[in-house]
Amino acid sequence: MTDKDITRLSYDVVVIGAGGAGLRAAIEARLAGKKTAIISKSLFGKAHTVMAEGGAAAAMGNANSNDNWMVHYKDTIRGGKFLNHYRMAELHAKEAPERIWELETYGALFDRTKDGKISQRNFGGHEYPRLAHVGDRTGLELIRTLQQKIVSLQQEDFAESGDYEARLAVFAETTITELMLTDGKVAGAFGYRREDGQFLLFEAPAVVLATGGVGKSFKVTSNSWEYTGDGHALAMRAGANLVNMEFLQFHPTGMVWPPSVKGILVTESVRGDGGVLRNSEGRRFMFDYIPEVFKAQYATTEEEGDRWYTDPDNNKRPPELLPRDEVARAINSEVKAGRGSPHGGVFLDVSTRMKPEVIIKRLPSMHHQFKELADVDITKEPMEVGPTCHYVMGGVEVDPDSTQSAVPGLFAAGEVAGGMHGSNRLGGNSLSDLLVFGKRAGEYAALYVDQTAERPAVAQSDVDAAMAKALTPLVEDAEGGENPYTVQHELQQVMNDLVGIIRRADELEEALVKIAEFKKRLASVRVGGGRKYNPGWHLAIDLHNMVVVSEAIAKAALERTESRGGHTRDDHGKMDPNWRKINLICSVQGDGVSLRRQPVPTMPIELLGLFDRSELAKYLTEDELAAFDESTKDGEKE
Amino acid sequence: MTTRHFRVWRGDDQGGALTDYDVEVNEGEVVLDIVHRLQATQAPDLAVRWNCKAGKCGSCSAEINGKPGLLCMTRMNTFGPDETVTVTPVRTFPVMRDLVTDVSFNYEKAREIPAFAPPADLKPGEYRMQQVDVERSQEFRKCIECFLCQNTCHVIRDHEENKAAFAGPRFFIRAAELDMHPLDARDDRKEFAQEEQGLGFCNITKCCTEVCPEHIKITDNAIIPMKERVVDRKYDPLTWLGRKIFRRDQLESQK
Repeated sequence: MTDKDITRLSYDVVVIGAGGAGLRAAIEARLAGKKTAIISKSLFGKAHTVMAEGGAAAAMGNANSNDNWMVHYKDTIRGGKFLNHYRMAELHAKEAPERIWELETYGALFDRTKDGKISQRNFGGHEYPRLAHVGDRTGLELIRTLQQKIVSLQQEDFAESGDYEARLAVFAETTITELMLTDGKVAGAFGYRREDGQFLLFEAPAVVLATGGVGKSFKVTSNSWEYTGDGHALAMRAGANLVNMEFLQFHPTGMVWPPSVKGILVTESVRGDGGVLRNSEGRRFMFDYIPEVFKAQYATTEEEGDRWYTDPDNNKRPPELLPRDEVARAINSEVKAGRGSPHGGVFLDVSTRMKPEVIIKRLPSMHHQFKELADVDITKEPMEVGPTCHYVMGGVEVDPDSTQSAVPGLFAAGEVAGGMHGSNRLGGNSLSDLLVFGKRAGEYAALYVDQTAERPAVAQSDVDAAMAKALTPLVEDAEGGENPYTVQHELQQVMNDLVGIIRRADELEEALVKIAEFKKRLASVRVGGGRKYNPGWHLAIDLHNMVVVSEAIAKAALERTESRGGHTRDDHGKMDPNWRKINLICSVQGDGVSLRRQPVPTMPIELLGLFDRSELAKYLTEDELAAFDESTKDGEKE
Repeated sequence: MTTRHFRVWRGDDQGGALTDYDVEVNEGEVVLDIVHRLQATQAPDLAVRWNCKAGKCGSCSAEINGKPGLLCMTRMNTFGPDETVTVTPVRTFPVMRDLVTDVSFNYEKAREIPAFAPPADLKPGEYRMQQVDVERSQEFRKCIECFLCQNTCHVIRDHEENKAAFAGPRFFIRAAELDMHPLDARDDRKEFAQEEQGLGFCNITKCCTEVCPEHIKITDNAIIPMKERVVDRKYDPLTWLGRKIFRRDQLESQK
């Protein structure tokens, strides 16, 4: 291979991923004066963030002045079943309002309250109306706002230098296949441009991973083709750790019909705004599924639940608004018990509860989506919904303040980072997460560059190896090789059937056997057709990431013998306080994933003290409770 | 399940041709499902752009039986039972490969519009706006940037020579959005649209509005009001005609 096969570029900070976290990180790095590249797997502005519907959670207190960061913090920890990294949840709850307000200075137009402030809506697991939103297209507003802010920074650079991309460049339809390391530190990133298959080498001392999630390894998912766990796999291969990969969020309400849209999201706002779940017998079954730990926070009768929409201060919220893991499991149980809808879901109804004009105003894109894709008018009839693989709570283990991973110079923010959401993420906490930690990633990546005296050089042998690996599946004649699409479909089926919403040891073991076979088959995947915009070739490369991430998920799921949040074990149905103290860490060893246990960082007493002792008793071990009692005795001031 | 006949344009910037395929179709599918099935079973390297598959990202724009639309929102049951379905790339932008075109024109035009200018006297968190006032701009911010309006607009469709001077409907609604933003500090949005974006080229045939998958009233709510308000300073015969046809003057005066 010769030098002309590769375009060499030099940057201070390379941000991989152009969703909310990546764009916010890039803005911050550029504001810190760093020459920054944004690598976008799709076109600029098409990232998966546009699919986020409900809103961004931030305790601004616009709709209910009782709200503050401490209430948000408690909701987040409660939703994550006390497995969240306490510091990430704390930073998130404290900084989210500033990050939202900042978007208005970039030109964002959120829906308003009567007094002209940003309107906030109710959502599952949030005690007060907390989600800043724009109808049900909040993610699009976020992406467009950040995209336009980036353009405005480019305009400033153009005015100064005559070059829009002098300090901030977007590489659209470009995929990174390997990170380049020198002496264990980040030295750059290697990838290809879809348009012409040209290889690109980005030499940079700091890389921010903002690649999103892993849902494309599952058959029924709300995630797009890009969600192949690239960042998770890149991080592991570079020597970083993944934390708690067993926790996957199955969003309770995905479309179930027609088959072509199976898995596409139906926003939680439908329930936040008054939509109810019913089984085939017409029963609001969620009242039968309120778990002990949430009994104090949720209505136990339909009458009280209904009163809450108009008088939330004096009534408890309906159980349709339980955290997502609870609702998903309940729907799963109803369908299994034979009380499902005709196409294997349950009914989600707004038509009997809201006026058509209100539905169209508050849920415009749901109205549009069902009308156009399913021929269903949600102002007249109920939707059919069921669980869909939506979000991975697990991800790159990072330092909460700086977002840096175990690899110097490698940062991670947004869905690809782990810890923030514990075992289950609350709706609305993702958009705020990616703003808070995207900003921090850009800031600390820039700081890292400042503190790096000598830029590490990329070894030519590493570049050659990355290029050879990327080119392996591409051949003149693919006859006799494995079809990448076939391998992908089979992997998705295995993950859906054996590592899905309800798990068992024997099935997880079977999944690991199958994943070992997929690993072998990867070596013989072949595609013809050349390097120019060849989706088969791109999938063949992505498959490596999908398989290694699937292995991490299955291994961690087998190890954790309890049920918590986004991890439900049929054979270990209870939540175990001893497991709450354990994080499962995945790293790459040889060509496989190795797993070890690591203690969960201990929540300091000032944060633990925000909770009632009676609530802590549901999650903590006897020893931890005794220690808590001891420390509160010492600190009489509380 | 039935077998249907498809014709898909295959090729690149050097040229290409329609290729025939017979492919399985199931109940409830959209054209994008069929394109994916072709990839998985017959043409692994068939290039198509897509992301969300739910009409929210605007990636899969193409022309289906000559009609511009999103592949993910075009249901198979909208065709006759034996109708051949022909899929071609959007025509206004240069082909990269198969159904994928080079849409960089749009990103260049986006960079030419001055960004939102925040009010100097307000700090973050101090912005106050009424819902009724933000709604006008919010309509335009629904845009998913599928660029079908750009593709359909006859000012640049088949008129390469107009591209330099014409930003297109997508960016007229961007201009209108900023013009109607309650707190944007600039007051020259309309003039900019007229003088720099080529608003005057538009003769309000409404093709852009008809093709918009988000049903944004591009012509009525963005282009015509922009044209009307610059007319004070600049005479534009089409706007004059537009006023007569649409009676916008009467609507305006009722407010």
